Amino acid sequence: MTKAKRWVFAALAMTFLLSFLLSACSQQGSGSTSGSGSSGGGTSGGDSADSGGSSGEASSGAVGTGGSAVGFIFVGARDDYGYNQAAYIGSQAVEEAFPDLKVLRVENVPETAEAERVMEQMINDGANIIFPTSYGHLDPALNVAARHPDVAFFHQGGLKTAENLGTYFGTIWEPVYLAGVAAGKMTKTNKLGYIVSVPIPQVLLNVNAFQRGAQSVNPDVTTTVVFTGSWCDPGQQANAANSLIDGGVDVLTQHQDCTKTVIETAERRGAMSVGYHADASSLAPEGWIVGSVWNWPDLFVNMTKTALEGRFDGSMYDGKYRGTLADGTVMLTDFGKNVPDDVKALVGEMKQAIIDGALHPFAGPVKKQDGEVVFAEGVIPTIDELESMDWFVEGVIGTIPK
Amino acid sequence: MIADILTGAVRSGTSVLFAVQGELVSERAGVINLGTEGAMLAGALAGFATTVWTGSPWLGALAGGTGGMLIALLHAFLVISRGANQLATGLTLMFLGMGLTAFFGRKFVSESIVGFNPTPIPLLSDIPFIGNVLFNHDPLTYVSFALVPLIWFALFRTRLGVIIRASGEREDALFASGMNPKLVRYGAVLAGGFLAGLGGAQLSIAYTHSWVENMTAGRGIVAVALVIFAAWKPLRAAVGAWLFGAAQALQLTVQQQGYPISPYFLFMAPYLITLIALLAVEFRKKSRMPEALGKVFTGSPGGAG
Repeated sequence: MTKAKRWVFAALAMTFLLSFLLSACSQQGSGSTSGSGSSGGGTSGGDSADSGGSSGEASSGAVGTGGSAVGFIFVGARDDYGYNQAAYIGSQAVEEAFPDLKVLRVENVPETAEAERVMEQMINDGANIIFPTSYGHLDPALNVAARHPDVAFFHQGGLKTAENLGTYFGTIWEPVYLAGVAAGKMTKTNKLGYIVSVPIPQVLLNVNAFQRGAQSVNPDVTTTVVFTGSWCDPGQQANAANSLIDGGVDVLTQHQDCTKTVIETAERRGAMSVGYHADASSLAPEGWIVGSVWNWPDLFVNMTKTALEGRFDGSMYDGKYRGTLADGTVMLTDFGKNVPDDVKALVGEMKQAIIDGALHPFAGPVKKQDGEVVFAEGVIPTIDELESMDWFVEGVIGTIPK
Repeated sequence: MIADILTGAVRSGTSVLFAVQGELVSERAGVINLGTEGAMLAGALAGFATTVWTGSPWLGALAGGTGGMLIALLHAFLVISRGANQLATGLTLMFLGMGLTAFFGRKFVSESIVGFNPTPIPLLSDIPFIGNVLFNHDPLTYVSFALVPLIWFALFRTRLGVIIRASGEREDALFASGMNPKLVRYGAVLAGGFLAGLGGAQLSIAYTHSWVENMTAGRGIVAVALVIFAAWKPLRAAVGAWLFGAAQALQLTVQQQGYPISPYFLFMAPYLITLIALLAVEFRKKSRMPEALGKVFTGSPGGAG
């Protein structure tokens, strides 16, 4: 190698090394002290753009006030007939309720440090209220929240909070239980199928609620759980749906971000379907039984209002807020056209019982798959106990890794 | 249970089968295309979009093949006409395909189509065991069945096949006999891209009736690996594709039976099986790799190459 080439290589190597070091350093957060809004963190380097409202000092404005925009980040596409669609509808309600507030949205934000960059950009653009809507956005959001104590964060589904970060979720297992009741009544083969992604507590909780609901009206019913490993992989979903139906399942449901493939496959093969996250009944006119959905619009509007009025600290939203069936945060969709009236009536009665507090999906005795009693007779578990579930109830066919 | 696994193998393996056959042709001619994943995605999106716009799944399949062909055209140009490194170019095109399809496919995520549906072949699908396994699938799967012997025949029993294989084994000899290896390679790479696009289209139009970004989930890369596993032979490549599909189906059946195997291990299983198959190949004494695979042909007219 000639001397000149050696120099060129050395220069290139140094450049790469330097840029790696610089990007690594700036990722740590530029250590913004209290009061200075725009830290211009992330790898984009400090924007010298005036960040408008977000430069409010912590001393004057309460958390969440003073911004000109509210930001929403989604992990997937807004029209996935599922998780992100539900959140998107909530963001539309905020847009309508607060016409002076600009609504910033970014879809397909991965659950990595990339989410931090997106949130920082939104704060730069004037957002003092951020809604990170995916479970895996929690850690990036906590990092950004630490750097911006004057910005209010409302995270969906998280189990950790901070001074300026509150999490919200709903007791979705209540409508899932009711959907299980309907499925248990309508199944002819006594085999239900549940297509899920990974064995996290929220998923296991839903499966257990579904099985408990079905079992309460049909003692012989079983729920077969299939893990696909992904929140939205249509190929695997189709594989799983076909495989379950081949094995005799006649009611399919899922805990996935996108629900279109499973529902359509069930419809094509003549199986019944139960929805989740969003109403997909238009995709399954014959086989749709019912679905469990989120009702985010009212909640989002209330949370935004609380933050804008400076009442975030000490409100019910600055910790772990859990909406329920009773207050309308989680709902059942309409029934499909082939659901008989007696099933509708039964579900309606049980729904009222849950709202009145007379019926709890997990009131003891609750037994695990191997028969061990986990909630004794008469015991009603707390929400924390439910949200840290790591076992299946009896009647569920499936394995959780230890 | 065996019948279910085999049925799942064919269902799941068809999209990989198309890509594998396409990559086989391309590598026999001497060009390795790691951008097969990008071509499959392009085919999946192009096929889905065309079916949405025209309502005809066959037009969609054709468009899917064309989409894959366009990605392959880029690869062919860079690698054959410009002499770029084949592996690097292929990988780049894979990412290009992933990005382009995610961007342009954005508005198709919630669309519904009338795609291909499983159509049982009248008498054959009633045969007890294999009837359901082989004869109860969508039309594109039947096309894939016909494709395997077709590719075998074309490669090993026709003059065209000799030319393609010569361009992959000894391109100087081909050049000396008056043909242009570059042109042959272009044709092979484009054919490979078309088939990969068709595989992607099968996934979106026939199997899932959906479009989601990155929906091929690595099938294109597995296809390239399977070609090596199959020692560049069409029938073995088909078996490899179905083996991969079987591993995916097995993963699901095992879960349904309730066997206490961790789902995380099962997610890994199809790719693990592909890796083991590759390792098994390495222990063969004689390598059957086309000799000129990956090399750049630099022969100039009238020169000695």
